[in-house]
Amino acid sequence: MATEILMPALSPTMEEGTLAKWLVKEGDEVSSGDILAEIETDKATMEFEAVDEGTIGKILIEEGTEGVKVNTAIAVLLEEGESADDIDSATSAPAEDNGEDAKPAQAKSSDDGDNEGGRATPAEGKKQPEPDTSPDWPEGTAMKQQTVREALRDAMAEEMRRDEDVFLMGEEVAEYQGAYKITQGMLDEFGPKRVIDTPITEHGFAGIGVGAAFGGLRPIVEFMTFNFAMQAMDQIINSAAKTLYMSGGQMGAPMVFRGPNGAAARVGAQHSQDYAAWFMQIPGLKVAMPYSASDYKGLMKTAIRDPNPVIFLENEILYGRSFDVPDVEDYTVPFGKARIWREGSDVTIVSFGIGMTYALEAAEKLAEDGIEAEVIDLRTLRPMDTDTILKSVMKTNRCVTVEEGWPQGSVGGYISGVIMQEAFDYLDAPVITCTGKDVPMPYAANLEKHALVTTDEVIEAVRKVTYR
Amino acid sequence: MAVKKSSKKPNVSAEELSNYYRDMLLIRRFEEKAGQLYGMGLIGGFCHLYIGQEAVVVGLEAAAEEGDKRVTSYRDHGHMLACGMDPNGVMAELTGREGGYSKGKGGSMHMFSKEKHFYGGHGIVAAQVPLGAGLAFADQYKGNGRVTFTYFGDGAANQGQVYETFNMAALWKLPVIFVIENNQYAMGTSQQRSTSSAEIWERGKAFGIPGEAVDGMDVLAVKEAGQKAVAHARENGPYILEIKTYRYRGHSMSDPAKYRTREEVQKMRDERDPIESVRTLLLEGNHASEDDLKAIDKEIKKIVNESADFAKESPEPALEELWTDIYATEVPQEAEA
Repeated sequence: MATEILMPALSPTMEEGTLAKWLVKEGDEVSSGDILAEIETDKATMEFEAVDEGTIGKILIEEGTEGVKVNTAIAVLLEEGESADDIDSATSAPAEDNGEDAKPAQAKSSDDGDNEGGRATPAEGKKQPEPDTSPDWPEGTAMKQQTVREALRDAMAEEMRRDEDVFLMGEEVAEYQGAYKITQGMLDEFGPKRVIDTPITEHGFAGIGVGAAFGGLRPIVEFMTFNFAMQAMDQIINSAAKTLYMSGGQMGAPMVFRGPNGAAARVGAQHSQDYAAWFMQIPGLKVAMPYSASDYKGLMKTAIRDPNPVIFLENEILYGRSFDVPDVEDYTVPFGKARIWREGSDVTIVSFGIGMTYALEAAEKLAEDGIEAEVIDLRTLRPMDTDTILKSVMKTNRCVTVEEGWPQGSVGGYISGVIMQEAFDYLDAPVITCTGKDVPMPYAANLEKHALVTTDEVIEAVRKVTYR
Repeated sequence: MAVKKSSKKPNVSAEELSNYYRDMLLIRRFEEKAGQLYGMGLIGGFCHLYIGQEAVVVGLEAAAEEGDKRVTSYRDHGHMLACGMDPNGVMAELTGREGGYSKGKGGSMHMFSKEKHFYGGHGIVAAQVPLGAGLAFADQYKGNGRVTFTYFGDGAANQGQVYETFNMAALWKLPVIFVIENNQYAMGTSQQRSTSSAEIWERGKAFGIPGEAVDGMDVLAVKEAGQKAVAHARENGPYILEIKTYRYRGHSMSDPAKYRTREEVQKMRDERDPIESVRTLLLEGNHASEDDLKAIDKEIKKIVNESADFAKESPEPALEELWTDIYATEVPQEAEA
């Protein structure tokens, strides 16, 4: 059967081109791979090869013709035993017919999709928020005082005892006992097979971790600080976060990337950055950024068990702080459930991680002046418990967010967008986002203090939104 | 070029030879068809064809055992066909349809098969190298005796993460075979213009990783080297195969081919074609007749045409698929050998 040779699309965006030159003539025998013609696009002149073998029966478009639409028949190829007489009138059909053939490839679906803008879950009108308000532990649970550091180690050790496939890798996690002493004693208990010192090679070991997760293990990859995870960003985003989707659900990366994040003290611009807003943006990642030791423990255990890549953002300054931690055998905290630390009716303060120290301190001082703030600790940023925020804002009609990260593209900016879209009518004042200053972190002690968000700024923001 | 040739009188059976012929021909015809569908607008975006390099994957798959893993870059169609993935599913992924390996959500560069231990299909140059070492890490951790073929190109060989990975693979003796598919051009930049060393595999020496260069247009030479590499990797850790090959087509479909001459490509096709040389071996050794080979050609043509039909007829993914597979609710079970 005579087949039409169609004007090819030679790039992802090509719609038409110039048939610059024929390199074959009617009657020529061709086989696959032979160059038939040169085709000029707006970008380049390219060679067009034969795919089938046969004889060129008829050339339909003369060389030098401009504006030849993709999928127009440009020649007819005859099979063995056919002659030019076999070419019926249909073969010189114009582009419309051939266009039919290509139709299914048009990416129509993106135009008529149901996605209604930026929210991960399309909003369905004014749905009332229904936060999970169950307590994290039953009343009467025995508590013990623990530092964040101890809580983290206990969480990892418990999970490693529970599941042989969980292992820990990173710089100085084993013999040195952790650059910040988080992994103290773990090498002794679990041995060098499961507590692995890596060379200083973040891109490489992050990728090895992701590959190990593909291969069925449950890696915990420690970054000495998340500043160094910048070197591994491609493996975290392109390999870990996206593979489940790209594989149609066949394989993913069940693993935890953890380490201190944000400013420590006097370590300068390259070691002092809060990545919360960066990671929070990525579908496929989950992001936890706890404040208290009980949440570090409960969320880390949940993170290790989660079948997805989890970014676990810790804070060096919080490592040494002590909190009450439930003294129970298997304490976990679910993702996507905020914690209300303080109830109040005048204003909602939303924060997470070390930002909570400013939020709680501000709330106490404001209470002295009779302003009762409700303080919400998000605990995880993705999934984010926006229901708890919205329900609170519907009560207080005012909101201030607190974080150490930069203002542009901040977590608070996202939260204020959600509030505006879901609870606009409830607002009695604009949402104010308290953030770190829009500067690289300076070294000088006085400048550094000023670059971070301060309790006074939170208090001032609350006074503004409450007009008091 | 210090390339290892297979011995003149290959010790292979007629059946084995004709299998290689068949497997290489499947890749070539499949890729030609993919190029055609691309030209018709049925395949979109980037599409990197494997034509010319067929002997690399066919030779190495002949050296692999069930359960061994493989991971590669975005020029991945050949690897998928060679490890036994269904041509229909691969082609339907190229057309972005429901019947594709990733339900149409991955495309040419991002395909996977847990069943066939094929771990992608990765679009970022060299990102698959640490991933492959990680797969090997998992196998070593489990002590299951498997190896991972980690494929990358001469272009990827200049990425830093390759050497980060070499270091750790050597340090931890990971059961991984680094396969450098040197097709001489990193997109449009020749090896001479991009790479300080003429023999890329020799870079492994700095890490204590042994290796060798192999004639990638000779499927028997590739298989022989592959067997040696696999044996080494199972017992002693990483091994490098730099396989000197050649791609006939452009880097991707939109390649102006200005960086090399038409004569260079033609000469390679005429004199070094991996499929033609097996064909000659089969005919000259009286292992097969012209008719036998014609029958294989016909069989392959049928498979490829069926895959194209399937890829055209399979519906586009349902719109709900936009929202699935972003998060797992449970870990998919690892397919064990």
